Amino acid sequence: MRIPCPHCGSRGHEEFAYYGDASLVRPDPATADAEQAFAEFVYLRDNPAGPHRELWYHAQGCQSWLVVERDTLTHEIRGAADVRSRAST
Amino acid sequence: MRYSILSVLGHALAGNRRWTPAWRDAAPQPHYDVVIVGGGGHGLATAYYLAKVHGVRRVAVVEKGYIGGGNVGRNTTIIRSNYLLPGNIPFYEWSLKLWEGLEQDINYNAMVSQRGVLNLYHSDAQRDAFVRRGNAMRLHGVDAELLDVAAIRRLAPFLDFDNARFPIRGGLLQRRGGTVRHDAVAWGYARAADRLGVDIVQNCEVTGIRCDHGRVAGVETTRGFIGAGRVGLACAGNSSRVAAMAGLRLPIESHVLQAFVSEALKPVIPCVITFGAGHFYVSQSDKGGLVFGGDIDGYNSYAQRGNLPTVEDVCEGGMALMPFIGRVRLLRSWGGIMDMSMDGSPIIDRTPVDGLYLNAGWCYGGFKATPASGWCFAHLLARDEPHPVATAYRLDRFAAGRLVDEKGQGPHPNRH
Repeated sequence: MRIPCPHCGSRGHEEFAYYGDASLVRPDPATADAEQAFAEFVYLRDNPAGPHRELWYHAQGCQSWLVVERDTLTHEIRGAADVRSRAST
Repeated sequence: MRYSILSVLGHALAGNRRWTPAWRDAAPQPHYDVVIVGGGGHGLATAYYLAKVHGVRRVAVVEKGYIGGGNVGRNTTIIRSNYLLPGNIPFYEWSLKLWEGLEQDINYNAMVSQRGVLNLYHSDAQRDAFVRRGNAMRLHGVDAELLDVAAIRRLAPFLDFDNARFPIRGGLLQRRGGTVRHDAVAWGYARAADRLGVDIVQNCEVTGIRCDHGRVAGVETTRGFIGAGRVGLACAGNSSRVAAMAGLRLPIESHVLQAFVSEALKPVIPCVITFGAGHFYVSQSDKGGLVFGGDIDGYNSYAQRGNLPTVEDVCEGGMALMPFIGRVRLLRSWGGIMDMSMDGSPIIDRTPVDGLYLNAGWCYGGFKATPASGWCFAHLLARDEPHPVATAYRLDRFAAGRLVDEKGQGPHPNRH
């Protein structure tokens, strides 16, 4: 698999470290159901077969965190963006 | 028909024309007491023990493909019970005990070979960890021996003992560990379950789980609806997808693990050997091929094939451990999809849906667990209570903080 890093161009995935599902959102610890919400955030996953948005860290490159869209059935990579661009939108 | 030396001789005299299929190609009935989803080793073992130990006769195993086509035919065939944690040791030791009596029990030659499993260590700290593990095993009545370098040189003289970075300092040996012919496990359990009346329904993919007032009523399949009093999921690799049909999210990610086999060599590797400084394990099949593997690729995948950087990493581990392997040609490599759980340990438990039971999360250690997994899942399905050696494998242990994290890696499935 080659990941199109927005800063470095197309690079082999062995340069990156994988951190899993990018759609997870850290819960608000101040809410009443925070304990339950954190257990789900830390442990439960959708684990889809098909398109998956996931975090990859370009450890041996620009050291940016990327959100990569990849198909878990075919390993096809449809795109990658810096997480900071996601945060600003 | 019971297999024996007499049956082999009798069929030989008849020109081997009268052998019958080892199990019936059953069509699904409208209703069963128990439907097992997944005709892999665990599902077939579950059905067999349900019928044999608990007397549940109206049992079906539904399989989307064919028997032996999933992970039971894709692993590296190793059996062992060299675990550290109290929640794990009794379970895996029960599994090893079942392996020891399996072939007589199911009347099938599974080629169970207790040739030993040797874990090498390369530093003082690693020796201390292995001594601790060996002592934990012995406290549970499991065999473990610490070998020094001289003993390992006698056992496996071809290892790179004086490697500059990772010299071999010793090893932990479990002599009762070894290998089993993996396909024969699937076929043997399928045949034994079939003989007890279990319907094995192949090419029958589950497409939905029907519930009625919060209780499971059966499964929708590509061959129609099958009613069931209880449904057991034993479809590791795809557990999340099937559980999602009942509205469940699991503490599991699916990852691809690759395995490798070389061309056949004369007998050289006497036991299972694992490299302690990287992740590499190897044994030699009775056909002569070196069967080996290493880390999972490390990203979510349902593709049943991996990528080349992992191939390179595994082969580098092999080269560091036994440089002669560089002269051997690789014959095949393949991938299987693993249920990587959040603590590296499996789940055998009820689910929040009444009548729906889960056997999942085997990471890449499911093959050795096949008999005990079936034994304990059958116990749970028949009695609605966990088997004493599987009480740690609860689904709610994550939220409750009772993790069984053998490697101490935390909630990162790709690191277990």
